[in-house]
Amino acid sequence: MTVKEIVKKLDLKVLAGNDFLEREVTGAYCSDLLSDVMGNALEGNLWITLQVHKNIIAVATLKELAGIILVKGLKPEAETLELSEIERIPVLSTSDSAFSVAGKLYQFIEK
Amino acid sequence: MKKFRADLHVHSVLSPCGDLDMSPTRIIREAREKNIDILGISDHNSTLHCRLMLELGKEAGIFVLPGVEINTKEEIHCLAFFENADITDEFQKFLDMQLLFIPNRKEVFGEQLVVNRTESIIREIDGLLTVGLNTGIYIVLKEVKRLGGIFIPAHIDRPHNSIISQLGFIPPDLQFDALEISARNSVMNFRKSHPEFENLTLITNSDAHHPDFIGRATTNFRIESPSFKEILMALHNQLHRKTFIG
Repeated sequence: MTVKEIVKKLDLKVLAGNDFLEREVTGAYCSDLLSDVMGNALEGNLWITLQVHKNIIAVATLKELAGIILVKGLKPEAETLELSEIERIPVLSTSDSAFSVAGKLYQFIEK
Repeated sequence: MKKFRADLHVHSVLSPCGDLDMSPTRIIREAREKNIDILGISDHNSTLHCRLMLELGKEAGIFVLPGVEINTKEEIHCLAFFENADITDEFQKFLDMQLLFIPNRKEVFGEQLVVNRTESIIREIDGLLTVGLNTGIYIVLKEVKRLGGIFIPAHIDRPHNSIISQLGFIPPDLQFDALEISARNSVMNFRKSHPEFENLTLITNSDAHHPDFIGRATTNFRIESPSFKEILMALHNQLHRKTFIG
């Protein structure tokens, strides 16, 4: 399933990186510790987090993640959105909590 | 230029995790016995013991750097120090605005006490001081710098509440004055395993929560005399001032 399909199914808002939604999603990873994500997220994962600092884009780029889902309607810092376009990492948003969005996502992604 | 020995990271009984023996009076006495010349007071998200520490330090001949260990929104611990008590009070207003009120459960987290010089309790803080502020590290840093303060991300080598654990790496545009390596590590070992920090000032402190630990790790400054400006220059290796370990 592509990022685009997931955006549609979960009714996510695309905050940045609208042109990079065609990637295939391999799974998801939930964490707010960037060092943990650097160690454990897998290529093509969607990353569910509440961190809005611009370092999330760098970590997502490093791990070649498919995109980032920000929970609880949190607003990213302006620089995070700028970097999202440069690094081709979509930043998505939901008003759901991490628990809810992960639960919904789980149904669509092959384990 | 002379060498002065500094421990800039000490918690008093105001921090919930600070031992009840960590009254400002006891801290100063302990620092004197351990030949500390410069002492930083850095309770969690509060500067309420700074004035008393400054007074007691002056009487004992110890230069006190008034400060705080801030917990940012990203849950990164950062040390900040200010030139005098008035500026520190100004920063306290910022802390008061940014700290969410979560009642402290002292049986779980510990007591948060403000005491006087005779070690009598004069106030108990109700809101838990260790919670993250409502503002991220960039805004906190901006406020510290607006007040001319010193900003030092704390124990960056630790797996919890360090800038590296929370943000993965240090944002290259973050304008800190130095970085702190925890007492559990050595600055020399850290430098060996992290050559990318070669040109940065690294300091180490005790992070003492109990009197016995004061001075277990210290940093030296080669400066004219202990003052805020001299220490700031030493952190940036300016005008022959130096920061060194050992």
